[in-house]
Amino acid sequence: MTAEQLHEITLEVNGVPHRAVVPPRRLLSDALRHDLGLRGTHVGCEHGVCGTCTVLLDGEPVRSCLMLAVQAAGRHITTVEGLSGPTGELSAVQQAFIECHALQCGFCTPGFLTTITAFLEDHPEPDDAEIAEAIGGNLCRCTGYQNIKAAVRRAAEIRRDQAAEVTR
Amino acid sequence: MKPGPFDYSAPTTLGDTLTLLADLGPDGKVLAGGQSLIPILNMRLARFPHLVDINRVTELDTLEPVAGDGGGVRVGALARHARVERSAVTVQACPVLAQALRFVAHPAVKNRGTVCGALAHADPASELPAMLALLGGWVEVAHAGQATRHVPAGSFFLGPLESALGPGDLVVSARFPGVAGRSGTAFLEVARRRGDYALCGVGAAVTLDDDLRIVSARAAYVSVSPTPLVLDLTDAAAGRPAATADYAAAGRLARSAVSPEADIHAGEEYRRELAMVLTERALESAARRAGAPGRGGVTS
Repeated sequence: MTAEQLHEITLEVNGVPHRAVVPPRRLLSDALRHDLGLRGTHVGCEHGVCGTCTVLLDGEPVRSCLMLAVQAAGRHITTVEGLSGPTGELSAVQQAFIECHALQCGFCTPGFLTTITAFLEDHPEPDDAEIAEAIGGNLCRCTGYQNIKAAVRRAAEIRRDQAAEVTR
Repeated sequence: MKPGPFDYSAPTTLGDTLTLLADLGPDGKVLAGGQSLIPILNMRLARFPHLVDINRVTELDTLEPVAGDGGGVRVGALARHARVERSAVTVQACPVLAQALRFVAHPAVKNRGTVCGALAHADPASELPAMLALLGGWVEVAHAGQATRHVPAGSFFLGPLESALGPGDLVVSARFPGVAGRSGTAFLEVARRRGDYALCGVGAAVTLDDDLRIVSARAAYVSVSPTPLVLDLTDAAAGRPAATADYAAAGRLARSAVSPEADIHAGEEYRRELAMVLTERALESAARRAGAPGRGGVTS
């Protein structure tokens, strides 16, 4: 092969379009961190096992280390930076993580937050088995998971309270 | 861990995809969901000069029930695990496929990974090749300038990670037939965590006659043979009413027929034990469904 191909792409991340020039082998995780400077998305195993690089692609959780940046052109990407509100107020899931002490070192947290955010959209009142399955693809070496599960239940509660407030 | 350099194309029609793959020959590699291919590239276990990304070929994003000719479902090359698992089409026309998909990977991986990609990857630890083999299904393979060919499961999986696909070939769909008449199916698996690779998985299909006696019983296995193994267990279970059949005998037969390899997760002996126990339970469950029309597993 001669000179490496380069692709000029536009990545829409958290509602903001970013232009980047990348070789096809650039992983989405690396494009987010290196080309766009959005370092909230963490990179752990780089082969799809640990889940810390999970982002939302058109609202669905995917491993950003198992996608090429060129494949994400034209799609809506949400990273952990996009979960809080416009003035920085924490999302229900982020608030619940603090209340339940669902993180220690924090390395895995971005992947849990994105995964759980999408999960609660589909399962507003999850049971324990559904929660265990939903977070089964994310590794945490600090917490032992119990507080993360508690945070999912608490986040569901916060979301219900918020919904009740809106309709009141 | 980053992939080495490669060229990349993302055609938008099936015709362009096939032309490109034919031109590239052995240099081309199809990128579908990428959930097995990209880890391989990241770890540099393999290198391909040119990836042909089919994610923009929307005409391959199909999932449809098949009327007649064995029934079941036809899964297009871009249909992802999450969609196929949840779709009412699968649940009604091929429930055992939906059951098996519950055990495939984790949610974020299922949102990208494709059923046809898993078949093309031909991993003996994957549930999908075993399902194709259990149901007597086939893969539809397209190649520029040639008629589409149907490759049955039995001749598609040649070895671990080795399929009958040649340079320029593209799997355009997979056909998972239903089960006919008074039949039922079931899938069971043991893994260290839900979504991890199976230590052993078993899919079973049982057919009863009008007196609810077993006339056919077979099972297909995950993670205990180099290619999907299908065992005809009819002799061990046939002729008896489903309620009193000797499923344990069928389990013992399976125990000696599988050829598992030991790894860090489980020894050979333990995997044989799992094959035995899961065979017994899966057959019993499939037979129960066969005898209770409307409870899944039955297509007319």
